[in-house]
Amino acid sequence: MKKTSTEKLIFELSSRGRKAYSLPEMDVPEVDPGEIIPEKMRRKEPAPLPEVSELDVIRHFTRISQMNHSVDQGFYPLGSCTMKYNPKINEDVSRLPGLTALHPQQPEETLQGALRLLHETEKFLCEISGMERFTFQPAAGAHGEFVGLSIIRAYHEHHGNHHKNKVIIPDSAHGTNPATAAMCGYETVEVKSDARGGVDLEDLAKIVDNEVAGLMLTNPNTLGLFDENIHRVAEMIHDVGGLLYYDGANANPILGISRPGDMGFDVVHFNLHKTFATPHGGGGPGSGPVGVKEDLVSFLPVPLVDFDGEKYSLNHDLPNTIGRVHSANGNFNVVIKTYAYILSMGAEGLKQVSHDAVLNANYLMEKLKGHYHLPYDRTCMHEFVLSGSKQKKLGVRTLDIAKRLIDFGVHPPTVYFPLIVDEALMIEPTETESRETLDYFIETMIHIAREVEENPEIIQEAPHFAPVGRLDEAQAARKPDLRWAGTGEE
Amino acid sequence: MIPKDLKYTESHEWIIVEDGVGTVGITHHAQDQLGDIVFVDLPEIDDSFGKGDIFGSVESVKSVSDLYIPASGKVLEINESLLDSPELLNQEPYEDGWIVKIQLEDVEELDDLMDAGEYEDQLD
Repeated sequence: MKKTSTEKLIFELSSRGRKAYSLPEMDVPEVDPGEIIPEKMRRKEPAPLPEVSELDVIRHFTRISQMNHSVDQGFYPLGSCTMKYNPKINEDVSRLPGLTALHPQQPEETLQGALRLLHETEKFLCEISGMERFTFQPAAGAHGEFVGLSIIRAYHEHHGNHHKNKVIIPDSAHGTNPATAAMCGYETVEVKSDARGGVDLEDLAKIVDNEVAGLMLTNPNTLGLFDENIHRVAEMIHDVGGLLYYDGANANPILGISRPGDMGFDVVHFNLHKTFATPHGGGGPGSGPVGVKEDLVSFLPVPLVDFDGEKYSLNHDLPNTIGRVHSANGNFNVVIKTYAYILSMGAEGLKQVSHDAVLNANYLMEKLKGHYHLPYDRTCMHEFVLSGSKQKKLGVRTLDIAKRLIDFGVHPPTVYFPLIVDEALMIEPTETESRETLDYFIETMIHIAREVEENPEIIQEAPHFAPVGRLDEAQAARKPDLRWAGTGEE
Repeated sequence: MIPKDLKYTESHEWIIVEDGVGTVGITHHAQDQLGDIVFVDLPEIDDSFGKGDIFGSVESVKSVSDLYIPASGKVLEINESLLDSPELLNQEPYEDGWIVKIQLEDVEELDDLMDAGEYEDQLD
């Protein structure tokens, strides 16, 4: 590590006797803790809490909040994560007291507004995806996958298809897909990608048999490419009684343009914290609603929100339900933000989101492909994958390029993924960035490509202008130092 | 860079045989692709594997990769020092970074593997 943080820990700012509070004079008789707290439960020494003023606290936490990179601060082209801007109106709406003061155990008749919001958001997602019903319980994408695959499993078991023990997953898939299939007790079988980056139909034909329970696919895939053979893929899986799972992580470029339901998918999850502009990562929580076609509705988690034309109600009566996967109706506050987003964008606005996301990605790809290797050179969707293979020959790795981008105020793209691209850089600009921001990124990437040739050390030692220098990632993974050891003084 | 006396798989494992006992590891190229290795999942002694079976995995800061056994056999010894020092796989992939020793079932299975020259051609 070259540099260390310029900010001390709050404990290190401590000065004996300093405090951030002043209490009124005591107006009740003082009690000796020794008389009312049993000996064994009494602390022998005072807790080593930091003694700081209110101003110390404010400045400390303001400073460390600014050490992080966020989409409110700068460009964040982290592929497959869709780090789009989260409009502040969503936050305003989600803080309305009529929504925040609710309790999920209130009587249904006092929850009509909240249930309507869930029901209408469900209808929006059904329209966007081509599915019959949605559950909002899954707390994020991977949880959604688990719920989706559990539904597929329950469906097969219900129909006596106990021989179905395999799930097919492309070699370009998100790592969560095989993990999900394994968690649901399936054997995962990998299908190769073809030269255009889609599912290799010949390889698929070799793998598909009666034991296939389903196939998990994200379309567009992690190369940012739309699988042109999706109808054929769906047909091959359906022909052996398998089901198709749509990993919605890459749904940003298809809104109002193409629907997973029409492509042949049976189960879908969306990441509201990606496609539908709710906060992401540490700013979450996320939400990964799962939608299904009609045949699978009875397997959804309970309750669903039904509407009889007059009243909204919670429906617990699903005969084949896989049960609850979250308390109440999931991360409801996130659904409010999605509802606000969808209503404020409108159908035409959502279509524009996808058009602009695709346009921005293709603009970057065209401008950068002369400077970095582009392994799959065809029109991309919302993201594209470059390879740092040219730069690697000059001794600079993709990880170095990613670290150097931090020096220019840009969050690094996703690196070393998908695994089928050597030294991968997966770039997703999203629709919310201006032409100026995109041009700044292009200039920066070209500048770095030039540095690789002229001054590689500056990249190999980057970042130079971040709060900390290059971290030892192996050490951090193996022996994380997460505990403050104390100052050693009394 | 590529030792001449070893045999290689397409999935970047190496094996060397002495008195019917094969020592298996991953190649310099494999460790270079993986980056800093932080964890190694080893088999148990006496586990049996058929040629091409997954016998363990290595996790780096970038990804997790399965390890495929180059020839059928039973595990005689595992390199326990990798548990505490997985970086040996990066530093000395052909020496102290060996992974398992197996009692081979059929030495002739090695005939299908690549020699150093063929492996080098594959890398290009």
